[in-house]
Amino acid sequence: MRPLLLLPEILLFVGGLAALMGGSFLPRNRQWVTRVVAAGALVASIAVSAAGLTGAPTAAFEGTYAVDTATGIARIAAALGTLLVLGIAGDELAATARESETYALLLFATTGTIVLAGARDLLVLAVAFFLASIPLYGLIGMVRTPRGAEAAMKTYLMGALFGIVLLLGVTLLYGVTGATLHADLAQRLAAAPPAAVAAGLLAVVAGLLFEAGGVPAHFWVPDAAQGANGTVATFLTTVPKIGAMVALYRFVSVLPDTVDWPLLIGVLAVLSMTLANLAAYWQQDPRRMLGWSTVSQVGFLLVPIAVATRSDLALPSLLLYLLGYTVTNVAAFAVTTALPDARDLSDYRGLSRSRPWLAASLLVALLGLVGTPPTVVFVGKLTTATAAWDGGMAWLTLAVFVNSLISLFYYLRWIIPAFSPAGVMAMAGAQSDEHHAAALRVPGRWSSDTAVAAALLSVGLGLAGGLVWAIVSGPLLT
Amino acid sequence: MLSLLVFLPLVAAIVLAAVPRLGDAAARWLWLAVAAAEVVLVALVWARYETPTPGRLALDEQVQWIPGVRSSYHVGVDGLSLPLVAMTAVVFLACAVYSLKEARRPRLHAALLLFLQSVSLGLFVSADLILFFVFFDLSIVGMYFLIAGWGHVNAARSALQFFLYTFLGSLALLVGFIGLYVYADPHTFDMVELIAANPLAGHGLAGGLVLAAILLGLAVKTPTVPFHTWLPPAHTDASSVGSAVLAAVLLKMGTYGFVRIAMPMLPEAWRAWAWLIIVVGIVSVLYGALVALAQSNLKRMVAYTSVNHMGYVVMAVGAAGLVASDTASARGIAVTGAVTEMVSHGLITAALFLLVGTLHQRAGTYEMADFGGLAHTAPKLAGLFAVGAFASLGLPALSGFIAEFQVFTGSIAVAPVTAIALFGILITAALFLRALQRVFTGGLHGRSVGFADLHPREVWSTGILLGLSLLIGVYPAPLLAVIEPAASAVVTLLGR
Repeated sequence: MRPLLLLPEILLFVGGLAALMGGSFLPRNRQWVTRVVAAGALVASIAVSAAGLTGAPTAAFEGTYAVDTATGIARIAAALGTLLVLGIAGDELAATARESETYALLLFATTGTIVLAGARDLLVLAVAFFLASIPLYGLIGMVRTPRGAEAAMKTYLMGALFGIVLLLGVTLLYGVTGATLHADLAQRLAAAPPAAVAAGLLAVVAGLLFEAGGVPAHFWVPDAAQGANGTVATFLTTVPKIGAMVALYRFVSVLPDTVDWPLLIGVLAVLSMTLANLAAYWQQDPRRMLGWSTVSQVGFLLVPIAVATRSDLALPSLLLYLLGYTVTNVAAFAVTTALPDARDLSDYRGLSRSRPWLAASLLVALLGLVGTPPTVVFVGKLTTATAAWDGGMAWLTLAVFVNSLISLFYYLRWIIPAFSPAGVMAMAGAQSDEHHAAALRVPGRWSSDTAVAAALLSVGLGLAGGLVWAIVSGPLLT
Repeated sequence: MLSLLVFLPLVAAIVLAAVPRLGDAAARWLWLAVAAAEVVLVALVWARYETPTPGRLALDEQVQWIPGVRSSYHVGVDGLSLPLVAMTAVVFLACAVYSLKEARRPRLHAALLLFLQSVSLGLFVSADLILFFVFFDLSIVGMYFLIAGWGHVNAARSALQFFLYTFLGSLALLVGFIGLYVYADPHTFDMVELIAANPLAGHGLAGGLVLAAILLGLAVKTPTVPFHTWLPPAHTDASSVGSAVLAAVLLKMGTYGFVRIAMPMLPEAWRAWAWLIIVVGIVSVLYGALVALAQSNLKRMVAYTSVNHMGYVVMAVGAAGLVASDTASARGIAVTGAVTEMVSHGLITAALFLLVGTLHQRAGTYEMADFGGLAHTAPKLAGLFAVGAFASLGLPALSGFIAEFQVFTGSIAVAPVTAIALFGILITAALFLRALQRVFTGGLHGRSVGFADLHPREVWSTGILLGLSLLIGVYPAPLLAVIEPAASAVVTLLGR
């Protein structure tokens, strides 16, 4: 059993419970105490996970749960992402009615995504899927706006559908092999009828892609990113992907050659990148645009999974990309929550003059998402694309770079106003000018600081790429 | 030593950007001091430089960066890069002198140019493909902000076009680099190892595709016909200093890539595609010259002569790929000429753009028709522009002659058909003489009336550049002594 191996997860879950209970007893203006509790749980969890990275990979709970480098990095990335999200919450949620509940749900969902990453058994995977996704519905619905309600409904319906699809896939695979443990599946799937394996594969992949927010299960992402409050939007476009992607990696690694799963993942990767990039181009709301951008990032994240068994670079590049994506995406969202009234790209004009640090963070984050050096996403994209070619899928490498170019178009639609003087586009009349001045007037301090910190992390991790690489290429439980 | 050279401007740039309390005057002088220190550092590097044995780099430094993909921070110089490093330092010093009166946000302007200097120097000393790419990409970002923030009327639009177009090129380049990595055994991004390994030998199709990706990336940056369309608007709308840096330094990143990466790492594919490269070169020479001849805007005209001059470089490196047993020395001359042309074009074009910039700064226009008899009111400008124009069209005793003479000697010996490109020189001569005539001679009219002649800072900045061009033209031996061994090494590598 060795439950202590799961100390990081336990810390987060207990932290979530403590925030929930403590919140009931605290007056509204002292709810910030629960934020401190949640942050403490996250920091402790990161520390324990980091210490655990030095140990040899082991399996917990009769082999159903892996404690190795992949789980360790997922733990750190997810907890770090949530910690940064709490930084954003300092502006938006302080002394609001649902503060402590939000923190509790955030921690539960983080626990879920980590368990998803460590699962080596399809039933644990299914349980983790629900633990990671059910809090999301509540989180999205936390804002009482028509948009928020619509987004929550959409996410809930999609989540219910894909949850059932996932269970169906698990059932199918169990039916043809009599096993749910990954290690057993790896031995028995090759002898199973390929059609059944393919159907089970499709169903499980679809379920995990809902959690990650990738094509074809991505429809909830842009709505939720736009409709939910900023804290939640940041969280749900960042942290769940970590668990879903590592889980997908573990899952495809056990599949036999009787089904052409690399092609399936490769095609889904290209679809995610391309469709999302084309959709993002037309958006005017920066959060909705970022929502689509995160869908395209899922496409990039799927690339190393497509060559999971064919290239030694696949897993390290996936983990590095996840880590880099987490800090960079949070930096971009934090800029939008620092300026909550700027809900149109044109509201950002003049930002570089009035808020140079915020504008610099935005630049680093967006160019980072494109894959410009020296940010960490560049290192991730480079190793990812290299892994694809190394694994014999050169067309995926090409797709990565063509899509990087396409994505530059819409990121520039945001960068350009932010770095133009305020007067240049001031043709819309006095009223909009007033609105514009108001949109940029008071950036939230917590969000601004989070944006700057995350942007610095993004550059710092990129410059220290060798060190990060050494950590992410640690041993994996096979 | 090289790391100090590369990162000193970056540190200064960060200080300037992060400390708003530094006054404008302090910012200008700090920039000038750092630019001057860089020239001194380059002189020290040049003094300590000894031609390395083939397959090695001088003054190299290596620190692990991403060992997982065998990419390291590896810098070093040889006869191909050292002249460009020196040219870069001089051009940025000239820009610093020229900008002593920059009125628009001088602190950020200085920071941005220092950043660009770091990036440019870093690119030329890179001995690792990923490091090269990092600097290549950052140069695009830096130049985008320089054009967009300090340019003229349509700056935002031109900067955007520049960004997207050259970003496309950089991604193609990265695809090619990954191809080199994947085929190398053991996998590596280190240039020195890749050159020694010749990773795509025997992979005909893959070699061609990898070379195509790299050539696309470099051709966009150089730029050659048909990928040059971003260049004229970028130059027209950039500030004078922006144009000078863009033409003198950033364009060289493309041509430098040919001799540093494409030729030695993909010799087989380069030989197979040599004729295509020669044709692209010749077309660039002639097309660039003809379109320049048709311009009425003086700055646009100078911009198109860049396409023409880069055409000579491309033609020469293409000719070097026509391997036959008895032409090694001729091909060596062609490559030497190509590298000399990069240095020479950098100095001359930077000077011309800075001089042309004074027209817009004083009269608000670059149209040749708006001027006439300018030599009466601005004799210094007329004199310096004439020197620049003659240097550019290849008059003996100036650096352009040394470069083009070698380019043609080498190319024609290998491929007589390249003599067609001699018409390019003829057309360039015609267009520069015509421009001199229209703007500077004749009766005083238009905006020439009351035109203030050059200030000392403008005389000095362009004087440094043109003086160096004259020095190279009169006494090229020290420069050629550095370039020639490296050029013949490239030719040897191409013969594998």
